Amino acid sequence: MHVVTLAEPDDLDGWRDAARALAGAGVPPEEVVWQVGGAADDLFALAGTPPPVPTQPAFTVPAAFMALARSVVLHRDAERFALLYTLLLRLRRQPGAIEDRADPLLRRLEGFAREVRKDIHKMRAFLRFREVEEEGAPRFVAWFEPEHHIVRANAGFFLDRFASMRWSILTPELSLHWDGETLAEGPGATKRDAPEGDPIEEVWKTYYASIFNPARVKIGAMLKEMPRKYWKNMPETALVPGLIASAQARESGMIAKAKSAVGGNAQAAWAALREEAAGCTRCPLYQPATQTVFGEGPVDAALMFVGEQPGDQEDLAGQPFVGPAGQMFDRALAEAGIDRAGVYVTNAVKHFKFEQRGKRRIHNKPDAGEISACRWWIEQERLLVRPKVTVALGATAARSLLGRVVTIGKERGRALALPEGGEAWITVHPSYLLRLPDRAAAEQEYGRFVEDLRRAGERVG
Amino acid sequence: MAQLDVQQKLAILADAAKYDASCASSGSVKRTSRDGKGIGSTDQGMGICHAYAPDGRCISLLKILLTNSCIFDCHYCINRKSSNVRRARFTAAEVVRLTLSFYRRNYIEGLFLSSGIIGSSNYTMEQMVEVARSLREDHDFRGYIHLKTIPDADPELVHKAGLHADRLSINVELPTLAGLTRLAPEKSAVRIEGAMAGTKLAIADTSDARKRFKSAPRFAPAGQSTQMIVGADAATDGDIVTRASSLYDRFGLRRVYYSAFSPIPDASAVLPLQRPPLMREHRLYQSDWLMRFYDYSPADVVAATDATTGMLPLDIDPKLAWALKFRGSFPVDVNRAPREALLRVPGLGVKAVAAILSARRWRRLRLADVARLTVSIAKLRPFLIAEDWRPVALSDRADLRPQVAPKTEQLELFAA
Repeated sequence: MHVVTLAEPDDLDGWRDAARALAGAGVPPEEVVWQVGGAADDLFALAGTPPPVPTQPAFTVPAAFMALARSVVLHRDAERFALLYTLLLRLRRQPGAIEDRADPLLRRLEGFAREVRKDIHKMRAFLRFREVEEEGAPRFVAWFEPEHHIVRANAGFFLDRFASMRWSILTPELSLHWDGETLAEGPGATKRDAPEGDPIEEVWKTYYASIFNPARVKIGAMLKEMPRKYWKNMPETALVPGLIASAQARESGMIAKAKSAVGGNAQAAWAALREEAAGCTRCPLYQPATQTVFGEGPVDAALMFVGEQPGDQEDLAGQPFVGPAGQMFDRALAEAGIDRAGVYVTNAVKHFKFEQRGKRRIHNKPDAGEISACRWWIEQERLLVRPKVTVALGATAARSLLGRVVTIGKERGRALALPEGGEAWITVHPSYLLRLPDRAAAEQEYGRFVEDLRRAGERVG
Repeated sequence: MAQLDVQQKLAILADAAKYDASCASSGSVKRTSRDGKGIGSTDQGMGICHAYAPDGRCISLLKILLTNSCIFDCHYCINRKSSNVRRARFTAAEVVRLTLSFYRRNYIEGLFLSSGIIGSSNYTMEQMVEVARSLREDHDFRGYIHLKTIPDADPELVHKAGLHADRLSINVELPTLAGLTRLAPEKSAVRIEGAMAGTKLAIADTSDARKRFKSAPRFAPAGQSTQMIVGADAATDGDIVTRASSLYDRFGLRRVYYSAFSPIPDASAVLPLQRPPLMREHRLYQSDWLMRFYDYSPADVVAATDATTGMLPLDIDPKLAWALKFRGSFPVDVNRAPREALLRVPGLGVKAVAAILSARRWRRLRLADVARLTVSIAKLRPFLIAEDWRPVALSDRADLRPQVAPKTEQLELFAA
């Protein structure tokens, strides 16, 4: 049994010299024990044959292997030296096997290297210096607890960046001290050796709290990149629970305030929205249609009517409810005692969907995709107008409003609460009345329709 | 108004800056201060995120406005003229001091400075350039600087900005012209794109000059980027992806950032009050990624959207959506398929594909081999052929989507 004792846990050179000699002598991996440091005064240190003196000339290994080894030796897993040696022996026989990325051993070592690189990156990211006064000059001192043996390997980064400052990095295993000219190593430290605070931390916390957007809380995304294990040495993380706890209230506060304080520019906003809708291409219906038929009526109307889609005449006129169904609707409104000039009238779908039959354009029912593409507009209209009562005329309008398939017969005649405020009433579309062949039935249905409109009108006084 | 101290100003001017999604500190040149002069370093490769806020966004730079006073009245913006938000203004020296004191403590990679427009566009740009100049020249700061340029500023000033900054950016703000007209009536798409074209030319000129003269100055070595707001106008995902791709092509952008519109205090009535699902923003970033690293064309992404609504599915990622639509391209044989076919397999990333290509020179890959190279083999199986695996029965099944889609969690659709 050969025992190799390396000077430090990150002793790449020591491992390489020993591995070269052992491999030269053909020693198999299971006959080597790798240990780190202080063998002489360690009771549990193993005694055994030291590695043989190299007798054969040095051999070469692929550059990719050394790059891998450089990271792997920094890992905290005690098996790392042995695993690397096992891989080394295989590469002597088959140098190209470093490309066999599906090999379990290589995969495991690549995993080690990945964890080490991540630890190195997180140290660069999450280490925090605190300024202290030392012999009349500032010194910046940090306390950091890495997971792997990365501190020495990471020193170069801090030298590149902070060479003009005097700094110390304290970790449990090792400390680094830079005086502006030389880098000195010291023994491991404890958190108590590091300074307790820095007045600038309060300013930094102010920044951290202010840059956070309470309207888009994504705790999982934060934890994925900044796991809790790092939090204890980062001053700003103390704020996290409070920020999350108050976020919901801050967001709903913003929305509530915007809802109650109706902007003075609602009319201008509506005109701009109508203008934008004129160029809508959200679904293919804009192609054969003449124009977008936007809603119309006062933007402060308490009562809103939503139809299905513009018909042949609406498509040409650019106004909702002006064709035969519109005339029927006007008549019913008048009988229900509602002034059309005081209500907002619009459609669930803003372009005319039709089938050309000879010279006639025959109405074609919009499908679920078209309704959902057009929902964006009706939502904007509803957000601007904020009607107390919205009446859905027919199944398409009801579907657009409630976001689900609705059976008119079941939902008719009662108020349905809408999630963003206000209530919905559901009734038939006036064109349904036009299609009823039986005169008596049509009369009766018309009466029910007028009654529905009257009840909706009564809800807004 | 009582005099504000620096910490109070920071609270206001960081709050005002948080609607800018960009916080990248990557892709610049390598600089160090190993010579003991100055302070700071940058890397050519990845930037460093020094913290994460509970909104999941990285904090890499000190991202602030010089002032949140503004003569413009853009409806989506918290700093618009008609907003009642509290106003503050930093002096150039205050920003410089703040940047350096944060940098020395390893809180940040550098500065991202933007500003409301005060006085004139040129005056505002001059103030911003002065901050960058002072950091670079008075303090020999070698960290990262990102400056937001003002579209209407004098090209000479933009040029000066580029000499000090690592990255310049101008926001296109909204994906559609109609949206820009409605929500930012004083901004002009022509001027914004003109400024982006000018920056592209300046970057190209200086990189040419540096090929001939080593001493020629650098100009915005980390390139330029832009941002658009998602969900505030009627643009569909298909529209947005097509627009982004045209911006990448025409102006050589490093990044297009997508920012899901979020409610702001004291909102204008022109704005919609409901935010789009955050998942939508995420799907757009995923499709952006597919175009930049996976050889997807904008048309490929548009093909993955719903034909009627033009929207990407929220419950599955765009790569899986594409694969489910183009079932005929699968299964792909891991032992034979070319790189571009492997890159189309849902669940196989760029690194995994590289590992497969490398490993298959050594062995015929079995399912267990592929499993070692990827995160989840379950998602991959219906799309792959391996030495010991052929998914014929599975991939012809009509109900493949429920098999491979992630188990539905409550989406953020109803969170607001």
